[in-house]
Amino acid sequence: MRLSAFLYLTVLLTIFYSCNNKVTEHRQSSNSVSASEPQKILKTKMGTEVLVYSFDAFEKNLLQRKEPSVTYVINFWATWCGPCVAELPYFFKLEEQYSGKDVRFVYVSLDFLKNLETKLLPFLEKRNIRNKVVVLDQKDVNSWMSKIDKKWSGAIPATLIYNSKRRVFLEQNFESSEELEKALNEIID
Amino acid sequence: MKNTYFLLIALVIAISGMSAQSAYEIGDLVEDFKLKNIDGKMMSMTDAKNAKGFVLIFTCNHCPFSIAYEDRIIALDKAYKKKGYQVIAINPNDPSIEAAKDDSYELMQQRAKDKKFKFPYLFDEGQLVFPKFGATKTPDCFIVQKSAAGLKLVYKGAFDDNKEEKEVKQKYIANAIDALLAGKSPEPAVTKAFGCGIKCNDKTKLQTKKG
Repeated sequence: MRLSAFLYLTVLLTIFYSCNNKVTEHRQSSNSVSASEPQKILKTKMGTEVLVYSFDAFEKNLLQRKEPSVTYVINFWATWCGPCVAELPYFFKLEEQYSGKDVRFVYVSLDFLKNLETKLLPFLEKRNIRNKVVVLDQKDVNSWMSKIDKKWSGAIPATLIYNSKRRVFLEQNFESSEELEKALNEIID
Repeated sequence: MKNTYFLLIALVIAISGMSAQSAYEIGDLVEDFKLKNIDGKMMSMTDAKNAKGFVLIFTCNHCPFSIAYEDRIIALDKAYKKKGYQVIAINPNDPSIEAAKDDSYELMQQRAKDKKFKFPYLFDEGQLVFPKFGATKTPDCFIVQKSAAGLKLVYKGAFDDNKEEKEVKQKYIANAIDALLAGKSPEPAVTKAFGCGIKCNDKTKLQTKKG
């Protein structure tokens, strides 16, 4: 009697567990398909693409890259942010200097979604900016801001520099490409 | 002579201690201020005798984030003023800085007129008030509640969870006031505001402080 009850329970639990598992598995797979894809792809007149990411997709594509030799410079900016726009040329200059090296620059725009076609694309076109610009949808910003850095107060410009060994988050603007290079060299071996 | 040295050292310590003053935390009593409103009069929180509390919003004219929140701020003030919580907008920027040239006192008056602000819009002249609250950007919000002990900080952070009004899911400020009106504590009491950095030449005032 006891044994059969035990068996019964085990079978029940197994069924329950496997069903449950299937549900989570299914949820995970459907998530991972949509979660790493951009929400939208915009194109400038120069033909360069601007991907619009939710935070989940942004995290997968840009924050969790772990190629051992590559260092990422992730700059948070917006066309409406004066100090951000002022420091962009220093980033572009350094990006050119490091073009043959294992450093990737990404410019994360926090522009208003309704302004992407009217402000962001014309801004990039007017200045002929072909660097890698992506847009981060700020939906539920409080849930993810600390995932970028716990110390982030919420102001831009801000820059994250990381590789598989080191990481620094700088909530500041840079006054020259040399100043930025100094910060970068503290992360690169 | 020795005494003078000691005094000097004590003075230096006292001064450095003052500049490292940390921003208000939730539950702290906040000092009242006296700032010039757009109508030319000086205003303090204690002037509003019948208020239960205040929603202090550090905001300004030029910042697109602040502009995106203007209509929401107007609507909030309208909905909650009669319940005892009024908005007090404060411009923390130094208009002598190029990026904040649109935030002068005269242009604040103009903006308030154009948008028909029904709430005070004060100028933090000398930039002495915003560092006490630890505000670092516009808009940055703080709710203070009147209590027997004084004016108590009960919420700090964002107005809501999305700069795109249509996408808002969590109305932090409105929810916090609703909680206070129901005799509860706001949950969450601390969020992070996103916006334009406050324009200030004295960077020590903008240091990201604990909390």
